[in-house]
Parts: sequence; structure tokens; C-alpha cells
Amino acid sequence: MAINWFKYSSPQAFLPLAGRMIPWFSVAALASICVGLYIGFFVAPTDFQQGDSYRIIFVHVPAAWMSMFLYVVMAIWAGLGLGLNARPSFMMAQAIAPTGAMFTFLALLTGAMWGKPTWGAWWVWDARLTSELILLFQYIGIILLRASIDDLRRADRASAVLALVGVVNVPIIYFSVKWWNTLHQGASVTMTESKMATPMVAAMLIMMLGFWMYSFAVTLARMRCVILDRERQPSWSKHSSIHEVVEAR
Amino acid sequence: MSQPSLSEALCGVVRRDLLLAMRHRSDVAMSIFFVVIVASLFPLGVGPEAAVLRMIGPGVLWVTALLACLLSLGRLFTADYLDGVLEQTALIPQSLAVLVIGKVFAHWVISGLPVVLLSPLLGLQFGLGGDSLGVLTLSLLLGTPTLSMIGGIGAALTLGLRGSGLLVALLVLPLFVPVLIFGAGAVTSSMAGIGSEANLSLLGACFMLSLAFAPWATAVALRIALE
Repeated sequence: MAINWFKYSSPQAFLPLAGRMIPWFSVAALASICVGLYIGFFVAPTDFQQGDSYRIIFVHVPAAWMSMFLYVVMAIWAGLGLGLNARPSFMMAQAIAPTGAMFTFLALLTGAMWGKPTWGAWWVWDARLTSELILLFQYIGIILLRASIDDLRRADRASAVLALVGVVNVPIIYFSVKWWNTLHQGASVTMTESKMATPMVAAMLIMMLGFWMYSFAVTLARMRCVILDRERQPSWSKHSSIHEVVEAR
Repeated sequence: MSQPSLSEALCGVVRRDLLLAMRHRSDVAMSIFFVVIVASLFPLGVGPEAAVLRMIGPGVLWVTALLACLLSLGRLFTADYLDGVLEQTALIPQSLAVLVIGKVFAHWVISGLPVVLLSPLLGLQFGLGGDSLGVLTLSLLLGTPTLSMIGGIGAALTLGLRGSGLLVALLVLPLFVPVLIFGAGAVTSSMAGIGSEANLSLLGACFMLSLAFAPWATAVALRIALE
């Protein structure tokens, strides 16, 4: 039997579906982050050059990946919204932006904590750090642009254009360690090969999975708030269980 | 009435904007004096040490050019938006993106070109000499049109919003960063004697990229603002 996926492109159908999916993603996120941290802290061997300080990699690298990936996902939703003139796509883009900004900040913060013991400085003006900082500014710019436009339709479309324009920065961040020979080390793990011990890679990939699940859960939860916030008028949203939460907010 | 051809429409937009700028000469003068004053503040603040000034000169002058472009972005579309000309422009049966190139070009002639022409003089204030003065002017000549292009997107997105002046700075300044890095880098590398070709080529690439995409994005943003 074919599933009619377009059914869930209506906010009314999506709201309960998102509500049912959130607990699963939350549990999966919690479980894989716990397993990942356990392997990262207790199973993975100590690095012979950096000692134990390298262990922040298990948060730093997945966070940096997510920061770039979520930007691309957000831009795809924004582009879909502009191309198909679909409101739920814009809502998705809106729901993803804060999570992306959080991961960008987390990547910068853990990077600083890692940089202090290994490079001897919290911050260096290296190509990758600078471009990641610009990514954070872009997230903030998109969130602020949306917040300062009262007309919802214009807010959706204007921030979508800005998100699409900013996509040029993502390949720059990704390739910055190849294009410019700067302080930040190159990629330790690529699709085809890895320069790290197996438990390290396993911990990193499991943390990655955990961050993915977390992003799903948080984005869906925020999506529900966005839907209820925007569809306050239709009577169907009055029957929703979290309506009271939004009203109280 | 016959339809204007694309080049006629483009020339018309450029001529009109330049004519308007000539009628408000004080606006143009303001951005020139802004650049001169800001560039003169740095030696007063940092101290007149020649070696330090030579080191920070390229970066300071580039940031000044960036700010001058940013401050004049408000003039790009706002007046036309308020008196309805922009809506009429959007109705012209020619590509809005090309007309945007015309407006951005006029904006560059008014705000960017004066900075380019002034830059050798300002460079002397910072003790830049010979070759690096030439590279500074060339890098600004290549880079400031890119700034106007990117700025156009921000100006169109924030058209008519409250607090749009600050917002446009937040949106546009991160996108200016590559131009700033390559522009100031060209001058610094020519001073270090390692040649500025690589940075100038990258500036040229930025210009071509922005010429290809920015007018189109600006046109989309303008249509969104005009809805």
C-alpha cells in the first residue's frame, strides 16, 4: 500500500505525527549520546600526542558537522518553500535555525576548550574558525531578520532568500583546511578512510547519531510550537493537547 | 508607447540614479568625508608610530570602505520604495535583475568609486608606498563593486523594516568578510613582497560570483518586499 506522504504536508496532519515521533527520537538521542560518551571517555585509548584533552573531539566534531549540515537542510527547506510556495517548508526552516545556531556555538565553544591545551590559545584567526564564526553570524542574521518582520509571509520568504545566499559559506568551511594551510588540523575521518583508532571513530559516529536524533526531536518539538503559534485561529488546533502550553507562553 | 529595450531600460535606471545623486550632492560628499574622517581617526587613536600604521593601514582602509558602503545602502532602494518608483520599476517588462545591476552600478559610482579614487591619498596617511598604493587602489576597484552587489541583497531584504539600518549591517557584514580578507590580503602580501596576484584573482572571482547571483537574489528580495 502506498503511503500518501503529502498528507503530512498539512500542518493539521503533521502536528499529531510530530507529537508521536518526539519521544522515540528523544530516547534514541539520549541512548546514543550516553553510549557515545561512555565509549569516548572509558573505552577509547589515550592519544599519544594530545593526552586526554583530545576527548573533546567526541562533542566537537559531531557538533561542527551538524552545524554545517543543518544549515544545508535549512536552506533546502527554505528553497523548497520559495519554489513550491509551501508554508510548512518555511516552518521547518524556521524550526531548524535555532538548533543549527546552537550546534555552531557548541562547535566554537568546544573548539576553544580544545585549542587552549593543544595550541595554547582559546582562539586563533584561522580559516576554519573564522568561517565557522561567520556561519554563527549567518544563523543569527536569519533568526533576527525573521523576528523583525511582522508580516509572516514576507518574514518566511525574506529569511529563505538570506538562508540560500548564505549557502556559499558551507563549502568554504568544509574545504577551508584543504584550501588554506592553517593551524586547524585536516579531517581525521572521511567517507573512505580514517586516521583514528576504531573505538574513537565508533564513539564519534555514535555521538553523531545522537546529535542527529536530538536535532530531530528538538526540531519537531519547535515545529509543533510554530504550527500552533501560527494556526491559532482554526478550531482544530484548539483540541491539541499542547495548546495550553503555547497559550501560557 | 513602444516597450523599452533592455539596454534602454538599464541606461535609464543608471542615468536617473546618477542624476538624482547629482541633485543631492551633499549626500555624496557625506560618504566621502565619512571615509576621510574615519581613516584619520585611527592614527589619532592608535598613535603615530609609522611601523604600526603601515601594518594596520590596509585593513583599516578596507574596513573603512566596507562601512562607507554599508552606510550608503539605505539610499539604494528606500527613496524609490517610499515614493512608489520601485513598484513602477518592477512593472517594467524587462528582467528586474538587470535593472538591479543598473541601480547597484549607480550606487557604486556614488559611494564606491570616490573611495577608490581617494584611497592613494588615504594610503599615504598610513605610510604605504609605491607598489602597495597601486595594489590598494586596484584591490578596492575590484572589491567595492562586490560590496555594492552583496549590500544590495541586504538592502532589499530589509526594505521598509523598523531598525533596518542596524539589521542590514548584521546581515551583510558577515558576507563582506571574504572580500575584506582578500582585499586587505592583497595589499599586505604586496608589502611583504610575495606578490598580490593570488588575492587579486580571488577578488575578481568574488566579483564574478556576485555578479552572477547577487542581482538575481536582490530582485527576488525586492519582489518579496513589494508584495
